[in-house]
Amino acid sequence: MNSITARRRHPLARYAVLLLALSLLGGVYALLMPGGDRADAAIASGKADDVAAGKELFAAHCASCHGLNAEGSYAPGGASGPSLIGVGAAAVDFQVSSGRMPFANPGPQAPRKRPPEWVNPETVKQLAAYVQSLGGGPTKPSLEAVDPAKGDPAKGGELFRANCIQCHNFVGAGGALTYGKYAPSLEPATPTQIYEAMATGPQAMPVFNDSTITPEQKRDMIAYIVGVRHEPNPGGNGLGRIGPVTEGLVAWVGGLSLLIIAAIWITAKKRQVNHD
Amino acid sequence: MSLDTVPKPIAGTSTFLDDRIGAGNFLKRNLRKVFPDHWSFLLGEIALYSFVILLLTGTFLTFWFKPSMGEVVYKGAYEPLVGVHMSEAYASALHISFDVRGGLLIRQIHHWAALLFVAGMMVHMLRVFFTGAYRKPRELNWIIGVLLLTLALLEGLTGYSLPDDLLSGAGLRITEGVAISLPLVGTYITFFLFGGEYPGEDVISRFYSLHILLIPGILLALISAHMILMWVQKHTQMPGKGRTETNVVGAPFYPTFMVKSGAYFLFTFGVLALLGTFAQINPIWLFGPYTPADISAGSQPDFYMGFLEGALRLMPAWEINFLGYTLPLSVLIPALVPMGIIMTGLALYPFAERWITGDNREHHLTDRPRNNPHRTSIGISGITFYGILWLLGANDEISSTFHIPLYTTTEVGRVAIFVGPAIAYFVAYRMCIGLQRRDQETLLHGVESGVIKRLPHGEYIEVHVPPAEDLAALVQGKKRIPAIEAAPDGEGVPPKGMRNPLGRLRAKLSETYSADSEAISLDGHHGDGHGEGHGHAGVGAGDETKAIGH
Repeated sequence: MNSITARRRHPLARYAVLLLALSLLGGVYALLMPGGDRADAAIASGKADDVAAGKELFAAHCASCHGLNAEGSYAPGGASGPSLIGVGAAAVDFQVSSGRMPFANPGPQAPRKRPPEWVNPETVKQLAAYVQSLGGGPTKPSLEAVDPAKGDPAKGGELFRANCIQCHNFVGAGGALTYGKYAPSLEPATPTQIYEAMATGPQAMPVFNDSTITPEQKRDMIAYIVGVRHEPNPGGNGLGRIGPVTEGLVAWVGGLSLLIIAAIWITAKKRQVNHD
Repeated sequence: MSLDTVPKPIAGTSTFLDDRIGAGNFLKRNLRKVFPDHWSFLLGEIALYSFVILLLTGTFLTFWFKPSMGEVVYKGAYEPLVGVHMSEAYASALHISFDVRGGLLIRQIHHWAALLFVAGMMVHMLRVFFTGAYRKPRELNWIIGVLLLTLALLEGLTGYSLPDDLLSGAGLRITEGVAISLPLVGTYITFFLFGGEYPGEDVISRFYSLHILLIPGILLALISAHMILMWVQKHTQMPGKGRTETNVVGAPFYPTFMVKSGAYFLFTFGVLALLGTFAQINPIWLFGPYTPADISAGSQPDFYMGFLEGALRLMPAWEINFLGYTLPLSVLIPALVPMGIIMTGLALYPFAERWITGDNREHHLTDRPRNNPHRTSIGISGITFYGILWLLGANDEISSTFHIPLYTTTEVGRVAIFVGPAIAYFVAYRMCIGLQRRDQETLLHGVESGVIKRLPHGEYIEVHVPPAEDLAALVQGKKRIPAIEAAPDGEGVPPKGMRNPLGRLRAKLSETYSADSEAISLDGHHGDGHGEGHGHAGVGAGDETKAIGH
C-alpha cells in the first residue's frame, strides 16, 4: 500500500497509466471489432491469385486516375480519382459491372454505359479482390441476399419511399440533382447492383450501411424496385411514369389538338365554286 | 293521313305544353337563333362538355370514395401495398382503381376531363382576347370567364388533393406553405383550414365538400350565367362579306348548330374516353400513401398549376426578419404575384382598353389579331410570361431529360422571365405590322394569278388578279383603332381631363395604342410609301401592270 502511494507520485507514473489505458482500449477494440484482417477479406471475396491478377488489371485500366496503389490522384482539369483504399469489392463490382468505371470523359457524374471488352465477371472479381485486399470494405452480396422473390415488396415500398424516391422518383425513373449530377433510372440496375449502390453510396448517393438499413430490408427494397419495374400499367400507356408533366403534354398535344381538328372538321364549309 | 298533318300524340302534347308554359313562342324565338360558323367558336364548348363529363364521372366516383383521413391497413387487390397503413381516402381511391368494375377508367376520364376543362377554357379565353370579343357589351361575360378560370384552378387543386397519395400530399404541403406564409393571418388560416397542425385529420373531408359541392355549384351557376349572357347578347363574328355590326351570319341553332354542337359533345366524350383508356393518368398506386416525411423526385402539380410551381422554383430565397416575425418573400411573391398579374390583368383589360381608346361603342364584329398590334403583342407577352413560368415548373424533368444542369435552368429562367416577354412583345408587334402590310398589298396589287405575261418589249410580269370577294371583305374589315381627343386646342391648352399627370399618361397611351391604325390603310387607297406615279395602281386581270419592288 505504502509503496504504491510512493510510486504513483513518480514523474513517469502518469505516462505508465496512460499507456496501460490505451493498450487496454486497443486490446478490447481488437477483440470486439471484426475487420483489420486484410488477408481474410481477400480470401473471402476471391482467391489470393485473384489479388495478383486484379493488381495487373488495376495497373492497366484504373491506375491512371486512381494511382498505382489506389491512393488516388488529383490533377486540376486532368485525370483525377479518389483513393480506393477501403471502398471494398462491392464498390468495384458496382462501378465496373455497370460500365460507370472506367470513366470515359471527365464530367460531373459517370454515366451507366456498356462496359469495355475486357470486363467480364471473372475480371471484375479479380479487380474487386485486389481493391478489397487494400483496405477491406463492403463485399459483394450473395445471390440469396438480393433475391427479389425472398423480399417483402410492401415493406420494401415503404422503405423505398422513405429513403430513395426524393432523388430516384416514385418508380425509380430517376431525377435531376444539382451541378449536372442526376439520380439515374433504376430500370437497368441488377438486384446485386442495387444492393451494392446502397452499401457503397456511389457518386452523389449517400451510403445506407447495414445499421441504417439491414440486409433484409435491402432485400425488401430490391423486391419492390424489381417488382414495380415489371408491373404492367393498368391505365394504358404509362407516359414514362414521371408524373403530371407528360400528362399535361398529352392533354395539350394529344387531347386538345384532336378536339381542334374535330372543330375544324365539323365547321368546314364546302368551298363554293364560282361559275361566272 | 298525309305527311303534312301532325300526328295526334305529338300535337296533343305540344298543345298541352304550349297552353301552360308558352313553350311554342319561346322555341319559335330561339330555335332559329343564328350561330356563326367558325372552328374557333367551338373552343369554349371543349370546356363546357368537359364540365358535363366531369359532373357525370365525378358522381360515379363519389359512390365509393371515402373522404376520411382515418388510418386503415390496406387489404385490397393491389399486392405491393397489402398490409401498408394508409388513410381511408387513399384506400378507397385504390379500391375504385382496382376493385370497382370500370372504376379506373372513370377515374382516368375524370382526371383527363379536368385537364381538358382548364385547357379548353384557356384556349377559348385566348380566342376571345385576341379577337377583341370581350369589348362592350361583353365585358361582364369576360369577367365571369376570368372567375370561372380562377375557380377551375381551385377546383383542380382540391380534387388533386383528395386521393391522399404521396403526390397529392406534396401539393397539399405547398398549399399549406403558401397559406402559412401570409403575413399576420397565415397561422390562423392554416390552422382553420387543416383543423390544427398540418396535416391534421380534417383537410380531406373539407376539400371534399369544397370539391364536390361548393365550387362545382358556383361553377355551374357561373357557366349558366355565361351561356345566358352569350345567348342574349348574341355571338360575335369575324369580319367578312355581308357581316355587319347588326347581323349574325351563320347557321340556325335548330337544326344545324344543334347537330354540330351535339356532335362536338360526342367528339369531346370520345377523345376523353380514348385518353382514359390508352393513357394512364395519376397512377396513385405507384405514388404510395402520403406521409409528410416522404417526397418524390419529379413531384409536379397538374399542368394548370405549373406556372405557380415554376414561379416558386425560380424565386431566390429571400425573406425579411423583423422584430421576430418572418416575411417569407420566397413563398409569398411566387404564390401571389404571377397569379395576380395574370388574373387581375385579364379581368381589367377590357376596362383598361376602353379607358385608353375612349371607345364606348358596341362591338359585334371581332378584330383580326394583326389589326390591333398592341393588344396582340400584350397577349403574346402574357403568354410568354406564363409559358416561361410553366416550363420552369418542370425544370427538373427538363434537366434530367435534356442533361442541362438544374441551376442553369433556374438562372436562365430568372433572366428570361423579364427579357422573354419584352422580346415577345417586339416580335409580335413587328409580325402584326408585317401581316397588315401584306393585307394592304393584297388589296392594292391583287393576288398572284400564276399567269406569266410577256410584254412587247420583252419583259416578263406575273399578272395579279383582284382578291376573291370574301378575302377582300375579310381584309377590309380592319377598323381604325380609336384614340381619345388629346390634341391641344388653338391656344395650346389640352382638353379637360388631359392636364394632370394621369391624363397625360392616358393621352400618351392612347396615341401609342392607335398609332399604326392609320398608317396602313386598307380601304383601297394608298397609304404611306406609295407616291403618285409609282407605276402600278389599279390592277385587273388584263391590265398591263406589274407588282414589283415590294
